[in-house]
Amino acid sequence: MNTVISVENVSKFYALGVISHRTFSSDAARFWASMRNQPDPLVAKSEKDPASMQGQFIWALRDVSFDVQQGEVVGIIGRNGAGKSTILKILSRVTAPTYGQVKVKGRIASLLEVGTGFHPELTGRENIFLNSAILGMSRAETRRKFDEILDFAEVEEFIDTPVKRYSSGMYVRLAFAVAAHLDPEILIVDEVLAVGDAAFQKKCLGKINNVATEGRTVLLVSHNMVAVGEFCQRCILLEHGRIAQNGPTQKVLEMYAHPLRESSAGSFDGLPIKGDGQIELLSYSVTNQSGEENILPLTNEDVTIHVRMRVNEEIHHPAVGIGIHTEQGVLLTSVSSVEQGILLDPFHQGEMVFDVKLCKIPYIAGFYRMDLWFTNPQGHYYARADDTIRFEVGQSAIYGVSQVDARWGSVYAKIQFGAAPDLSAEVK
Amino acid sequence: MQQPQWTMILRPRKAWYEINLRELWDYRDLIVLFVWRDFVSYYKQTVLGPVWFLIQPVLTTLTYVVIFGNIAHLSTNNVPQFLFYLAGTVLWGYFSSCLTKTATTFIGNAPIFGKVYFPRLTAPISVLISNLITFGIQFALFVVGVIYYSQVNAYVRPNWFILLTPLLLLIMAGQGLGLGIIISSLTTAYRDLQMIVIFGVQLLMYATPVIYPLSSVPEQYRWLLALNPITPLMETFRYAFLGQGELSLGMMIYSIIFTIVVVMAGVLMFNQVENNFMDRV
Repeated sequence: MNTVISVENVSKFYALGVISHRTFSSDAARFWASMRNQPDPLVAKSEKDPASMQGQFIWALRDVSFDVQQGEVVGIIGRNGAGKSTILKILSRVTAPTYGQVKVKGRIASLLEVGTGFHPELTGRENIFLNSAILGMSRAETRRKFDEILDFAEVEEFIDTPVKRYSSGMYVRLAFAVAAHLDPEILIVDEVLAVGDAAFQKKCLGKINNVATEGRTVLLVSHNMVAVGEFCQRCILLEHGRIAQNGPTQKVLEMYAHPLRESSAGSFDGLPIKGDGQIELLSYSVTNQSGEENILPLTNEDVTIHVRMRVNEEIHHPAVGIGIHTEQGVLLTSVSSVEQGILLDPFHQGEMVFDVKLCKIPYIAGFYRMDLWFTNPQGHYYARADDTIRFEVGQSAIYGVSQVDARWGSVYAKIQFGAAPDLSAEVK
Repeated sequence: MQQPQWTMILRPRKAWYEINLRELWDYRDLIVLFVWRDFVSYYKQTVLGPVWFLIQPVLTTLTYVVIFGNIAHLSTNNVPQFLFYLAGTVLWGYFSSCLTKTATTFIGNAPIFGKVYFPRLTAPISVLISNLITFGIQFALFVVGVIYYSQVNAYVRPNWFILLTPLLLLIMAGQGLGLGIIISSLTTAYRDLQMIVIFGVQLLMYATPVIYPLSSVPEQYRWLLALNPITPLMETFRYAFLGQGELSLGMMIYSIIFTIVVVMAGVLMFNQVENNFMDRV
């Protein structure tokens, strides 16, 4: 076996609340420490005394280690905030790890976004050259691949038109075409790249697959379980910055869909909460429409999520928003009090319970996750918990079948079927 | 077990001397394309096209002629006012655009830097080169002016010192780059510097003999201008092309040493900041 990427105990620390806590003297101290090759004092403090720095830092990755062999296609999956994009950024050299190291063998190219550096005023042809140079190709290489790129992008007739005149579909096709024709030994791809219409998406994924069959190594970061299942032999599941699972794709995907935590109540401890810390989220519980915690709510019933939190300073005009996803990360609902024109009563200093009542939920039996955020009317975050509140909807006989589950989809809809005579047929 | 040969090891910190010039060279095509992008996109969809590169300095020069020449009556050492101010505008323009544009390297390029890696120094270096092209166009206009006036005005006497022009430009580019990337490295943490640069450069122009000759400065303020490393460049340039200006070997050596120090400091600082500035921008 030939290891081409070796990630060794990589951790990544992010200081939050940068604006209010950044002082010249702390900067100077950090700089001085870095000059003497000593650990960052802010990082050291957060390890020694995490309580004193509550809400001011986050470990986006913690002791992550894995190897990738040559020719492997490895998927990296996980929910929002699990550390997927951080590991991508480190591998693609956009940022450096806080601890640990990554060893790489061979030329590495990363596609975190298509069309990086595209200039709207330049023509398609000019942008092909510019973009491929940014991605690390020489002009000679680009010239050799030019026809292939053009062919893949299907924009021949507009190649000498400024890209600002392109339709968004053309723009994306051209951008992806450039990226797809890189020749690196290791390719790191963010799955959101597979864009455009369905036919082109298929072409993109096919291209990624081709790269893999040529013996090159691919790291695919994805939300899309279908794509991961199709392409990757192996998957790494990240959870809260740590590797939760690393193994054959099917096994990891199962684990992802059915995590072991089954409780209807939970705590926010150690979860990545963003925001300025004005509101501290403590814990939550979920009740059904009779106010019972131990009985699952059903489709078409009300669910209430009780969030216990601490308000550090009176907030006169709070606003709240929620998002609800499936366990696979598909967003089902997203709404906020601002859009609905609802004014909330001021939050007083101290601990309080905030209730979110979801009326007559249309969701079919299964697990769901809720995002919750508190902002001021301008959208500044006091607290924001993505993907952390979990609730389950129980099975009920909504479609007249007793065992309605995820195979019936996620959302219940009342549908009527009927036959009617074909009037146009009678005219003939 | 085979001993793998790693091509790259990503660590939390780079040693201060770890500057990968080899890699920068590998990306030379990117520098060329950046230069060409800046040049082309500057005048695309304009009627006059590259003529804009000339209109700017000419209008600035005319303004100076009116304000500093005809209203304030500043001395130009008998050199025709238009030519004197054009020399100042064109050369100062090169320095100030090198400085202000490299000073926004990290913040201005954050969208690209955040998505893909390439040696970050390609960005400021391409700025120097594309400014050099702009300068070249404006310089051609200036040379035409020098040729014309040297025929009709006895005070305008170009001489062999014009051969020093490339050296003057190199020193100037170095100063612009060095100061620019130092500021750019610091602005990732302190945005205030961005504001300071914009009017700081304007103020600095008045502390440099751009719109007045060094010889017209009263003796007791001379030392202040002598501290300014751009002063000898400006004076030598004017001496070479106009025959009016003060040559000083001592000040020139000071300017060169200043440049070397500032470029080295800038590159070392830039090299450290590029490691993880994305976490802060």
